[in-house]
Amino acid sequence: MARKLLLEHINVPGINTFDVYRSKGGYAAVEKALKTLTPEEVVEEVKKSGLRGRGGAGFPTGMKWSFLAKPEGVARYLVCNADESEPGTFKDRYLMTYIPHLLIEGMIVSSFALGAKVSYIYVRGEMMPQIRILEKAIAEAKNAGFLGKNILGTGYDLELYVQPGGGAYICGEETALLESLEGKRGNPRIKPPFPAIAGLYGCPTVVNNVESIAAVVPIINDGGEEYAKIGIGRSTGTKLISAGGNVKKPGVYEIDLGLPVEEFLYSDEYCGGIANGKRLKAVVAGGSSVPILPANLFFKTINNEPRLMSYESLADGGFVSGTMMGSGGFIAYDEDQCIVRNTWNFTRFYHHESCGQCSPCREGTGWMEKVLHRLEHGHGKLSDMDLLVDVSKKIEGNTICPLGDAAAWPVASAIRHFRDEFEWHVTNGAEAVTRNYGLAHYADPLPKKEEPVA
Amino acid sequence: MLRVEETQTPVTFSPELIAKFDDIVSRYPAGKQKSALLPILHLVQAEFGWLSTSAMDKVAEYLKIQDIEVYEVASFYSMYFLKPQGKYVLEVCRTGPCEIVGAGKIMDYIEQKLGVKEGEVTADGLFSWRGVECLAACGYAPVLQIGPEYTFYENLTNSSVDTLIADLKAKAKN
Repeated sequence: MARKLLLEHINVPGINTFDVYRSKGGYAAVEKALKTLTPEEVVEEVKKSGLRGRGGAGFPTGMKWSFLAKPEGVARYLVCNADESEPGTFKDRYLMTYIPHLLIEGMIVSSFALGAKVSYIYVRGEMMPQIRILEKAIAEAKNAGFLGKNILGTGYDLELYVQPGGGAYICGEETALLESLEGKRGNPRIKPPFPAIAGLYGCPTVVNNVESIAAVVPIINDGGEEYAKIGIGRSTGTKLISAGGNVKKPGVYEIDLGLPVEEFLYSDEYCGGIANGKRLKAVVAGGSSVPILPANLFFKTINNEPRLMSYESLADGGFVSGTMMGSGGFIAYDEDQCIVRNTWNFTRFYHHESCGQCSPCREGTGWMEKVLHRLEHGHGKLSDMDLLVDVSKKIEGNTICPLGDAAAWPVASAIRHFRDEFEWHVTNGAEAVTRNYGLAHYADPLPKKEEPVA
Repeated sequence: MLRVEETQTPVTFSPELIAKFDDIVSRYPAGKQKSALLPILHLVQAEFGWLSTSAMDKVAEYLKIQDIEVYEVASFYSMYFLKPQGKYVLEVCRTGPCEIVGAGKIMDYIEQKLGVKEGEVTADGLFSWRGVECLAACGYAPVLQIGPEYTFYENLTNSSVDTLIADLKAKAKN
């Protein structure tokens, strides 16, 4: 069994309550940080750990913290981004549902490090059950003296609140999230200024993903250097991967970064292979926004090295033959899946979720959706593929926030790798409505394991 | 495009509801009460089933902001209903990972079972349904949720949809 830093006690009965969590060593990081470390020392440990933001961008958390402006007499805020909405990703839901105190503990330590007296956890509104769970956990922690005035007699005060969103993917973008927390539409802000200078209510603010904040707990308990020993290269520590799609065992898995993708997909400890005895056609490795890869490019990098679950290895080959770690939303597609249909589905999602502020994204996602709709329904033209690539290029890099890029990449990569399937939809329009293109030459090159068809 | 549904029914907020509003407003610094807008709209929708113009105007009055500041938020976020819905709104995730394991077929089945199209309300006023975008539950797909507590129903099949609808009908009678 691989080591677990975040999910070690996830199966302990009652771990969602303060008492059981505490009996398993919970809140030790709060005691250690508040009683024996200065805020600067906590930041230093997180820097040493090499922890990279787990929400998708992978920016080093310690560095983000060190950018926080600290003008005299101005409040500073920590806001946790729990607006998990990236298709394929459901790890934060899992963590908040089953081990909410880990997030609360991480919030206390991180708020202390940043000098925040009031912190917010912005949870997507659809996760109302998780909001109730977190509110209960906060009340329990407060009751035990870990929140409120003069925590553990150290003189540090902290109030923690849960804020529901209203249903908008764009609020996962940190400045849109701050707008939403201020009671406005989730339109991303133009940067600079970055939130570290002018964030919530114009005050210096750090926005971190749920998993990043949870990871601060083992980093403080064991030390940043110990954490950095796990993983490979600049991909340190453990990562939660949400496995979905056509895998045999969908779920949330904690892996050491650097695990070979083949082991993750096929070992019984993780995904257990492809469901129903089917073969793998394609993989989206880090949530819908990252480039889709056909199975034959997924297991080995362009240099014929085994591909690993790490930021660098997944990105090996750039967009020509690589992809991205993203948020760790791992979606496997079996031989029966239609790439055109999937691309249309994702594009509809981005069109629906575009905030409408920048024309390239607002209009471009709509046009891509229309073109993909006609391709999927057998009315496409051979020129449509170049048209889609052209539109995607005109969105990419031309918008205030990365939603435009996130909408462009899945389309561009699907056409790059699966152009013959798109062309087949044009040349065999009538047939494409009734059956799928199938596996073609995209099959994973690994020998098929014999298993009964369920 | 926002169309504010006009109703003549005036809305009153109970003292209990106002107390909940006050509690939410206390979470933010003085003068930043507008931050309470999204959570308050959830409470209002839970109470009345949707957000009428008069309800939104009342919220604006309570928060001391312009009416338009409430409308623009209510129309931006997908969870807020700007017209009346069924008592139970079945919201089925239709994005990628749910789609590839059969969300489309589940929506077809719900449409046929309830006999109403997406966004319409059944004659008895009990149900409406719609497809929604990724609910971040891809490992338990296909999934649907029902407000106002957003209870989750996972790994849906036609028969689990049958059971769910029968249970909700029974619940509505009691």
